[in-house]
Amino acid sequence: MSALPFLLEIGVEEIPDWMIGGALESLRALFQELLTGRNLAEGVTLTLDATPRRLVLRAQGLTERQTDSEELLLGPAKSAAPAAIEGFARKLGVNVDDLGVEKGPKGDRVSYRKKVAGRATTEILAEALPGIILKIYFPKTMFWIAPGGPRFIRPIRWIVALLGDAVVPFELAGVHSGNQTSGHRKLGKARVPVTFETYEQTLLENFVILSADERRKKILAEVEASVKPDPALLETLVYITEYPTVIGGSFDPSYLTLPAEVLVTVMKHHQKYFSVEDKSGALAPRFFAVMNSNGDPDGLVRSGNERVLRARFNDARFFWDADQKATLAARVPSLESVMFQAKLGSYLDKTKRVADLVNELGGDADAVRAAELAKCDLTSELVKEFTELQGVVGGLYARVQGETETAARAIYDQYKPSSMEDSVPRDRAGQILSIADKLDTLRGCFSIGLIPTGSRDPFALRRAGQGIVKILVEAKLSLPIAGIVKENAQLAEFFLDRVRYYFKEIRGFQYDEVNAVLASGWDDLVSVESRLAAVQAVRPTPNFEPLAASFKRIQNILKQADFKGGVSIDPALLEPGAEAELHAEFENVRATVSKKAHGPALEAIASLRPAVDRFFDKVLVNAADPHVRRNRLALLYQLRSEFSTIADFSEIVTTS
Amino acid sequence: MDSFQQVVFKLKQYWADRGCIIQEPHDVEVGAGTMCPETFLRVLGPKPYRVAYVQPSRRPADGRYGENPNRLFKHSQLQVILKPTPNDVIEQYLGSLEAIGIDLAKHDIKFEEDNWEAPTLGAWGIGWQVMLDGLEITQFTYFQQCGGIDLDLCPAEITYGLERLTAFLQVKDSVYDIEWAPKFSYGDVRFNDELQYSVYNFEMADVGTLWQLFDLHEKECARLLGLYPKAEEKRRFPLLPAYDHVLKCSNLFNTLDARGAISVTERVGVIQRVRKIAVGVAQAWVNQQHGAEAAQ
Repeated sequence: MSALPFLLEIGVEEIPDWMIGGALESLRALFQELLTGRNLAEGVTLTLDATPRRLVLRAQGLTERQTDSEELLLGPAKSAAPAAIEGFARKLGVNVDDLGVEKGPKGDRVSYRKKVAGRATTEILAEALPGIILKIYFPKTMFWIAPGGPRFIRPIRWIVALLGDAVVPFELAGVHSGNQTSGHRKLGKARVPVTFETYEQTLLENFVILSADERRKKILAEVEASVKPDPALLETLVYITEYPTVIGGSFDPSYLTLPAEVLVTVMKHHQKYFSVEDKSGALAPRFFAVMNSNGDPDGLVRSGNERVLRARFNDARFFWDADQKATLAARVPSLESVMFQAKLGSYLDKTKRVADLVNELGGDADAVRAAELAKCDLTSELVKEFTELQGVVGGLYARVQGETETAARAIYDQYKPSSMEDSVPRDRAGQILSIADKLDTLRGCFSIGLIPTGSRDPFALRRAGQGIVKILVEAKLSLPIAGIVKENAQLAEFFLDRVRYYFKEIRGFQYDEVNAVLASGWDDLVSVESRLAAVQAVRPTPNFEPLAASFKRIQNILKQADFKGGVSIDPALLEPGAEAELHAEFENVRATVSKKAHGPALEAIASLRPAVDRFFDKVLVNAADPHVRRNRLALLYQLRSEFSTIADFSEIVTTS
Repeated sequence: MDSFQQVVFKLKQYWADRGCIIQEPHDVEVGAGTMCPETFLRVLGPKPYRVAYVQPSRRPADGRYGENPNRLFKHSQLQVILKPTPNDVIEQYLGSLEAIGIDLAKHDIKFEEDNWEAPTLGAWGIGWQVMLDGLEITQFTYFQQCGGIDLDLCPAEITYGLERLTAFLQVKDSVYDIEWAPKFSYGDVRFNDELQYSVYNFEMADVGTLWQLFDLHEKECARLLGLYPKAEEKRRFPLLPAYDHVLKCSNLFNTLDARGAISVTERVGVIQRVRKIAVGVAQAWVNQQHGAEAAQ
């Protein structure tokens, strides 16, 4: 049987660029699931592509039909009356001679192997595709026929479905599948027939570059090397165009007196332009825009974009100038009318709390000053217009208004890290301000019951918590944060979860290592990081996991004996041999561990393993003499507590 | 080069040719063409409808005393409602741009995701902002809900920003330099509106009076809504006048907001108050229309 190619193109009105990748993955998984479930997957390769107006799946190597199969039907026992066996054959419409015998646990039974003809692949596809298409995942969908009708990201306007040369016929949302695609909205034909083989070329002739990679390459080839690399912007442009063509434009250099941050934000976020740097790395008065078109022969697109940019820059300049009429310091009182949260008061209230917290955390005069001015840019026209520049604008204003460079940088960096990929504030003042601001938000929200649940986290408290963790660890700040979060049990638990998340998901430590280290304390996250690194390094050594297993045993013994310590070891009661040796080694290691860094200390502890093994081998903890028994428990207790300051080894999941 | 008014004529003619009723603006002040009963109420229910109208739209907070070349207290929207949405709606829309002389083969058109939501109206939809050479010229929305009610026919709403579009066509950097009609600039026609309403909205509007007016309109609307369930002859019941009071409240809210008289905490509460009467009217309207159909 010959292999057939399959083409599915779902023609849609413009899909939001950021949803396309996920939709393709979803389509791939759904289609693969269909093939696997219907025994059609073998030897099939899938290719997925998309533009804003089409999701495309191509499969190579499909068979025309499922292979035939057999179904085994069991009848009465072989020993049954002939009438019963004849009845079985009659029911199936076959002769008794066609029946076979199947051995079973209760004796031989009459059986029949029914041949099931494989179904035509096109039938299976026609039946399944409407369901598959509607199951493609999008974060937000709409209806366009009626409220109970089909939902998709945007209305579906055409569908191409071809198996070999034949249309796979189905209907979805009033659209009948066919062999006609649609070209670029303005440059291509609205309806044009395709085959699997001609598909990509036909699209190209109609100004649609199907492959995202080709579109990406075209954009990169056409922009100058001097553009600021911006992978996120590039991806957006790749997925909002079917035929990208780059045009260059320029603006009056007089706008360069505005801060580069503002100009770049306008170009990147509002206009989706690449900005350009000169040789010294300074912003150049030029930009590159990406059209969804094939050229700009009369320069109309270029001049249009330049005009829009000019208007935007004029707005920004107007706001910048207007904002200088009141300094940040002069704006502090007006923060009273900017609400932070109804129960937590205004931004003026928050400012006071954060400044106190910065003080409490050991911030210097610059940090405190930065805290006092940090939120003032919320009242500026520029931030009202470009909300994504909050903090940055405050920092820029602080600089031109004569605040110290450190305070200005702290204000500028206060919202960092904005994500787990972002960097932390540059200076200690900014780090402390950022922590204090986030901590105040956490403390406040938890105190009034605004606690994130499931996917609901409207105040982005998880991000705030992770931001604090990231700053503490990566800036190596040993600040008394734990004491503050432990004032509220729920907040402490939440914060500990953020610590776990950070070390597991962001830093890639094993969950049991994280649990073991955190069980030994998390008041100082710098120490947590160092202890984790030590555990991770020592873990592969041969003594470590067996020792961890012994610690678990020790813990169980202590628990069963309900032994809570408070007993000192009496050397006279130690039995010579394994017990006395363990004690001696324990004292030895203990003497050195406290002076060592976490890594060598852990190695030293792991070296106890043979002594511990021998002890459990030779010595019965549950001795008949209660004094001896208590002494042994005391030995184990001390062993465990002395060596659990780095990590609680009993949390380590061992294979032995 | 077409004047501002010629652009309006051509667009109206274009949509009239495609079966739209050409309406005049609603005679109560609104913030957007969506708020007019021709959109807000007509999109509800199962009856097909097509309408286009220019709606002067007031945004008190956007006033700039006539000094900013791109920002206006009162701009003009051409609002088109196609209920239900024709399959070729986007092609029809692009045709309207060609009709006012934009050769799309020489320009760059993009549809960028932009979902629309009006919390005071309990209304939202899915759609795009349409970008022409980097300039946002149209908001395109597939209405999903209005007054908190799922819409039976998913209408398309096309809202053109007429000043921007004309400034683009006439290649003007300032809206005030647009030629409205031969020998008359946009500034000649509208500058006084911009200046005087900015002064009023930002400086002279009496906050106490505005709040009183807000309360009065809200009360009158709520009074009517309270009577509707008991009304015997539903068809006669004045829901359209009740809705005008919703619009009054909405505009007063915007004016108070521009005046800086609404704190962030109060804001949510006031939005809820407007939403409550807007949703109330929408629900009563659906009931009223349903009854009228049943009677036919």
